[in-house]
Amino acid sequence: MTESEGKPTWQQIEIGAIITEPGSARQYQTGDWRTQRPTYVHERCIKCGLCSIYCPEGCIEPNEEGYFEADLFYCKGCGICARECWTKAINMVEEE
Amino acid sequence: MTQRVGIEVSRAVAIAAKLANVDVVAAYPITPQTHIVEDLSEMVASGELDASYIPVESEHSAMSSCLGSVAVGARTFTATSSQGMELMHEVLYVASGMRLPVVMAVANRALSAPISIWGDHSDVMSVRDTGWIQIFVTNGQEAFDNILCAFRIGEDRRALLPVMIHLDGFQLTHVIEPIYLEEQGDVDRFLPRFEYPLPLDPDKPVTMGAFGPPDIYTEVKKAQDVVLTSSKEVILEAWKEFGDIFGRYYSPIQCYRCEGAKVLLMTMGSFSETAMSAVDAMRDDGHAVGLLNLRLWRPFPFAEIRQAVKDADVLVVFDRALSFGGPGGPVCSEVRSALYSLDKRPKVVGFVGGLGGRVVSIAGFREIIERGTRIASEGTEQEFEMFGVRE
Amino acid sequence: MTNTAGLVEIRWHGRGGQGAVTSAELLAQAAINEGKYAQAFPAFGAERRGAPVVAFVRIDSDNPIRVRAEIDEPDVVVVLASDLLRVVNVSSGLKADGILVINTPKTADEIIKEFHYKWALATVDATRIARETLGVPIVNTAMVGALLKAAEVTKLDSLIEPLKHRFGRLADKNINAMQKAYEGTTVRGKSN
Ligand code: SF4
Ligand code: SF4
Repeated sequence: MTESEGKPTWQQIEIGAIITEPGSARQYQTGDWRTQRPTYVHERCIKCGLCSIYCPEGCIEPNEEGYFEADLFYCKGCGICARECWTKAINMVEEE
Repeated sequence: MTQRVGIEVSRAVAIAAKLANVDVVAAYPITPQTHIVEDLSEMVASGELDASYIPVESEHSAMSSCLGSVAVGARTFTATSSQGMELMHEVLYVASGMRLPVVMAVANRALSAPISIWGDHSDVMSVRDTGWIQIFVTNGQEAFDNILCAFRIGEDRRALLPVMIHLDGFQLTHVIEPIYLEEQGDVDRFLPRFEYPLPLDPDKPVTMGAFGPPDIYTEVKKAQDVVLTSSKEVILEAWKEFGDIFGRYYSPIQCYRCEGAKVLLMTMGSFSETAMSAVDAMRDDGHAVGLLNLRLWRPFPFAEIRQAVKDADVLVVFDRALSFGGPGGPVCSEVRSALYSLDKRPKVVGFVGGLGGRVVSIAGFREIIERGTRIASEGTEQEFEMFGVRE
Repeated sequence: MTNTAGLVEIRWHGRGGQGAVTSAELLAQAAINEGKYAQAFPAFGAERRGAPVVAFVRIDSDNPIRVRAEIDEPDVVVVLASDLLRVVNVSSGLKADGILVINTPKTADEIIKEFHYKWALATVDATRIARETLGVPIVNTAMVGALLKAAEVTKLDSLIEPLKHRFGRLADKNINAMQKAYEGTTVRGKSN
């Protein structure tokens, strides 16, 4: 029974399995999936934002200095940003 | 004032939807559609009905639009038929799974191939397991009345389920007959405003139609089954109150001249009235026969059926659809299994006929009852028999 | 005169677009307005302009109508276009004491000579009447008048309300067509 601990019984299911907590998908840590992580060479970055457009997780945003960087809670390490960055400012490195 | 009007049944159905004050009608107006949505689109265009009419590009989109519409809390109606309903098939499951009470009139017709625009219950049976409440109507008045009931039933907080009203294509949809059209005030009294408990609302966001991974899907389906089964209470209550207001009472099964009947025939839809005439004729000749007119198809009325057949020796079930390579008629096979666990039960004999617009006459139903009685006493190897087929 | 008590079954023959279905509908509505039970419907199937079409009416003054099948053994057959007589077996299944109501400029005798009908026969030149009253050869309302002369299944006056509802500003002309056809219909008893 430990498997179903904390999970709703059929009586507790909301009408039509509606999720009433807005934005609950934010809790999903897709960063768990990562085997590689993006690293940045800011000297090459022209702050064009293309990487953030291509990122399938939508997790890239400019930092305080305006350089685009991934939120590693969500970054799943797919490498799309590194491939699309035309100045080669992003390099994928193995996660330890 | 209530008016007794000579009107095509399709048009009366449209008027019922108007009296229910629907907010949205989404439909795909092409053959095999009927006057139902045609009239509603005219009512919206002329301002007679304050609603949105969404002329979508397919039946699949029609049902999809209906879902979105109910999800924001709008009272929603559509109508379809045969192939059209097949095209919306996958969305039908979404409606019930998401608990969105769309009301849909279905003009029951055969399915291709060969191409047929004529009536039978192939389309009904193809959507049997979609999780909708499903009601067969016998005549135009029942069609009008049950459209009103459908909103009341489906939108009830204890149900929140989509409802199909099945009316026979042509035999009902295209016939002008006397129908009592009820007054707006009475309809308003019967039909409370629709309030969906968890609507899509930017101020109170919710997520609808999310993933149901293996650790939750079973629970969702159990909840859905329980609510559909227990919606019978809501249906009975709505029918009772409808009767109290309008004077016409409905029940899951109509027992016609069943007192002391040893042989019972079960039919559904408009054929039931023809079958009643056959029962009358046989009663006049001294035969103890009766008719069970099945109205409530989902949730399946187990208790009512068991009660209705308890003193009968033979139950002949006449289906207008065929489960190919299977047990014959879908209704018969469900009735059979509903009775299987009983110690005392009638012999159940199945016939399939009336396919693709084939008429079964009064004499035909008499023949079905007589032949069914003979099969019950002599036994047969066959699961069912096709009625009226040329050999 | 056809027996108009109990159930009366009427079959209409016309061509797609001539208004046989409308005739059937108007008649049923008139009967229903009289408090009777009635039913009207087209032959079940696809609609094609110009093709021979059939429509049906059942009227019962006492009992609800439970049969929904097409009418195979009518009490009355109404034919909107006499050229159909050669194309369609309009009298198929017509009861022995039934009556045929035909739109034709010919006399009943001429029709019987040509087609050897053994039923009572009502004839009317509805096309001429329609041209005179409506200005167009659309005979559906005229043929309702002819039918009512042949078999009084409803009162002529009962048609006025349905005609008004259906034809709006053209109602008066259609009522006139119906009345003229009623007056102009000759009924000839069953031939031996
Ligand atoms: S695509 Fe490359 S250059 Fe453009 S913002 Fe991203 S990292 Fe910088
Ligand atoms: S690796 Fe993939 S998920 Fe991570 S930031 Fe780059 S594009 Fe987004």
